[in-house]
Amino acid sequence: MNRFLIPLAIFLVLVGFLAVGLTLDPREVPSPLVGKPAPAFDVPQLAAPDKRFAPKDMLGKVWLLNVWASWCVSCRQEHPLLVELARSGLVPVVGLDYKDQREDGLRWLRQHGDPYLLSGFDADGRVGIDYGVYGVPETYVIDKAGVIRYKQIGPVTPEALEKKILPKVKELLQ
Amino acid sequence: MKHWIALLCAALLCGAVLAKEAPPAAEDEAVEQRLNVIAEELRCLVCQNESLAGSRADLAQDLRREVRKLIKDGKTDVEVKDFMVSRYGDFVLYRPPVKPTTWLLWGGPFLLLIAGIAALVFYLRRRGRTMTMTATTLSADEQKRATALLAEEEGKQ
Repeated sequence: MNRFLIPLAIFLVLVGFLAVGLTLDPREVPSPLVGKPAPAFDVPQLAAPDKRFAPKDMLGKVWLLNVWASWCVSCRQEHPLLVELARSGLVPVVGLDYKDQREDGLRWLRQHGDPYLLSGFDADGRVGIDYGVYGVPETYVIDKAGVIRYKQIGPVTPEALEKKILPKVKELLQ
Repeated sequence: MKHWIALLCAALLCGAVLAKEAPPAAEDEAVEQRLNVIAEELRCLVCQNESLAGSRADLAQDLRREVRKLIKDGKTDVEVKDFMVSRYGDFVLYRPPVKPTTWLLWGGPFLLLIAGIAALVFYLRRRGRTMTMTATTLSADEQKRATALLAEEEGKQ
């Protein structure tokens, strides 16, 4: 009896591990930045090159930092959601145009709508490195004290917005 | 015909102008060597099975540039790795540090080895025992037959 039961048990354990493994996305690397203060930066604004933006301008507010680029295909996928979110006025969204051409970025916003309070312009991707960006789009939820509370890797999906981002924002607003 | 040649020349020139600028040549041999050693140990996050040294991804190039700058600023290897880990987590290290969350990762293979040896010892012992048991004990019937055969042998002699 044992002769069959033991291999069967081992097999089932293996199946269990593999089944869990299938549901995990290897591209989602947990960010060490969650729970830490958002790295400081100071970049020119996309629409107004003479004005600048720094995260400390947003102190006292719960806000989202959305890293996007005109060359980024999956940004298009999440963009309507962001436009809708901006219309709802629940939470301000600041964009960070990552490794882009100013002209392309501006044209992209004209084409697809501009949900951002403003967009910072990170031409050489230096800010992206400090934020551990490795695949655009990425979205950070930042609290009133300027601490990163959540990071969405990849496009914001309706599910992620409903189940993760908005509950987090509401919790932080209280 | 002349037009065509002019057009061809123009096209070729375009290509030359549009071609991507070559990456800056290694100015400092020592810096490049250290960069390579460090980058070999770091994972490129875009193509996760490539090291930062081997990857041609855009981000990898940016990160190599960043590491090069850190080296030139006189940072130690440990400081460079800390820079990467603070942004991308332990996952960027091909050799993760030993700490409570990675104990299973580091110890797992040895646990499996020990479990395997234990199973083998257990199996061999049990087999040895059953073999001696079957070798020594005879049922009453067998015993009778054995004595009968032995008696027969003796009778013959």
